[in-house]
Amino acid sequence: MTTLPAISAERGTAAIRSENLCRYYRMGESLIRAVDGVSLEVGRGEFVALLGSSGSGKSSVLNLIAGLDRPTSGSVIVQDRDLAKLSREDLAKYRLRVVGMVFQSFNLIASMTVAENVELPLRFAEVDRNQRQKLASEALERVGLRARMNHRPSELSGGEQQRAALARALINRPQLLLADEPTGNLDSHTGTEIMDMVRGFNRELGMTVLMVTHERALAERYARRMIFLADGKLVDDRPNLPADLPSTAQRGQS
Amino acid sequence: MKIPDLTELALRNLRESLLRNSLTTVGISVGVASLVAMLSLGIGLQQMASRRLVKSGLFDTIVVTSRRELRGMGREEERTGPAPGESRMLDEPARAEIEHLPNVAEAYPDIRFATELRFEDKPHLTMVSALPESAKGNDAFEGMQGSFFSSSTAPEAILQKSFAEELLGKTPALGAAEPNVAELAKPLLGKELIMRYPQRASTAPGPSASEANSAADDFAGAAYSVVSREQKLKIVGVADLDPESMRGPTRAKVFLPLQLAESLHVMLPTDLREIARADSDQPVYSSISVRVKNPAQIQGVEDAIKKMGFSAFSILDASRGLRQFFAVLYAFLGIFGSLALMVASIGIVNTLVMAILERRREIGIMKAIGASDGDVKKLFFAEAGAMGVLGGMVGVLLGWAIGQVINAGTNVYLKRQSLPPEHFWAVPWWLVGSAILFAFVVSLISGLYPAGRAARLDPVQALRYE
Repeated sequence: MTTLPAISAERGTAAIRSENLCRYYRMGESLIRAVDGVSLEVGRGEFVALLGSSGSGKSSVLNLIAGLDRPTSGSVIVQDRDLAKLSREDLAKYRLRVVGMVFQSFNLIASMTVAENVELPLRFAEVDRNQRQKLASEALERVGLRARMNHRPSELSGGEQQRAALARALINRPQLLLADEPTGNLDSHTGTEIMDMVRGFNRELGMTVLMVTHERALAERYARRMIFLADGKLVDDRPNLPADLPSTAQRGQS
Repeated sequence: MKIPDLTELALRNLRESLLRNSLTTVGISVGVASLVAMLSLGIGLQQMASRRLVKSGLFDTIVVTSRRELRGMGREEERTGPAPGESRMLDEPARAEIEHLPNVAEAYPDIRFATELRFEDKPHLTMVSALPESAKGNDAFEGMQGSFFSSSTAPEAILQKSFAEELLGKTPALGAAEPNVAELAKPLLGKELIMRYPQRASTAPGPSASEANSAADDFAGAAYSVVSREQKLKIVGVADLDPESMRGPTRAKVFLPLQLAESLHVMLPTDLREIARADSDQPVYSSISVRVKNPAQIQGVEDAIKKMGFSAFSILDASRGLRQFFAVLYAFLGIFGSLALMVASIGIVNTLVMAILERRREIGIMKAIGASDGDVKKLFFAEAGAMGVLGGMVGVLLGWAIGQVINAGTNVYLKRQSLPPEHFWAVPWWLVGSAILFAFVVSLISGLYPAGRAARLDPVQALRYE
């Protein structure tokens, strides 16, 4: 991994493509248009931030792309799969093999140790115990948490919990990392640590990263592209030069 | 997910809310315990009844009587078939014919008569019957003290236990511990009994009783005189037979070798009746015991004998009613025993539905990281199944313990009522296995609804749940 992925999205085929994506909820009498006609495209290996205030529909878009929710209309195509057309069973397989997810509240299972949490997706994938332990310890090594693998999540700090969640998201070697406010529950120093790790996944492992956040500063520092949502609609889509890249990028372009 | 993973996760989840799941499991245990207790009572009672039947020594024996014998044992035969008066005589040719039926080991006449026996100059009135050589191998003679007859013509006798008690003047009070057969046998073995009996002697000159038959041919057995005779007998054995449960030749208390008994030509009560009908000098029997080679063939032989026009009765007929009774009893006990398990299964549903509410977020997480509906469903099934198996195992132990306590308690009661103790409790291995299996299946059925509900949970909503 000596060459860095190009800055522009034109390189490589689309990892995610949505067309006129809609997701409405019925709440009593009124219809909530959480996602209202969003069309976007994310290329392979891109690092995209999805920005917007709360209630703008950014998390709903992420859930649709993650295959946790189904669109009311429109389509989401991820790695050439039309998610709206997948069965529940195939959607679970898609979540298992194609997507890794991290959340604001970490979402580790409290009754399991860190190592067990990390290897849980491998149980669903029916991987052998020995192989599971090997992969889990590799993933924990990568996030620098191997020493704490036998602790329960409640015994870890927030940053450590999010690192464990990152290791879990990594374990099935997915092409797509979806992060929903990954630093929302962390102080800025720890948040930076986590984001550096996410950027590492993006650059060294070539994972496409889509991150939902309401912190513009964070997006500007790490993302190569920023998509703005408001009231369920896409309002802006602009490229961004991450803080650490100018010199590298200029060298690449020159 | 693979089965070992499922089991591991299920057990882990059960440990997480230990109190609630333990209580549910205890509920299943109580259900299984009541089922096991009920059924083992039924099985124990059946075994008790069977033990008595086996002791009667009739498992491979068919008792054949002439239909002329108006006290026929099979009720339905009296209504069908030829009238008793027209039916066949149970005489020597008939006996020989029966003996030649397939699968028949032997057919011998039942000789049974009441007579007086003197022991140490004291008279005792009792029932005497003849035993063939083959009775030696009969289960009924298991545990007999002394030995069997040295030959089938030897002047020897085997005593039934209670007659031995009578001879020794040791009849125990009701409820008191029964004396040991070995103890009873010791002072009796080798001693002499004098049997007085009425001999049926031909009117034709025949000095010797053993030659009476052949000498009587002129008269076609149509006339005879009765002579009082005595026969010395040596006591060779004391057997622990149960006289109350016996039907057939063994209902007597003193046994003689068959050929010896035949040679005595004892005047039998039925002789008076048969004399008017006898059309030959062949002996006519009131009943014949038929031993089959294998107890499994008893039905076929019985049918063949009935076809010949005789009444036949075997243990099968006696146990048919018994089996029917126990089938009904099992169903009854089983339904009552299962009721508690049904209540417990509602507990499982309740526990798992609670668990879904509590672990909603966890289910959401698992789905988000790739668990399919099937994985979630299987996990809840595994939890239900694990509770079932654990509850089943504890329940079997509990049921067994309850049974032991009730059995012990009942025996204390029986003792107070001056009745001998009984063992009416049995937990066979198949009951252990099927009780646990039943608990497992009931638990899985209980898990059906909660598991389905957990599997259908919407991950987005589940993740939002705090």
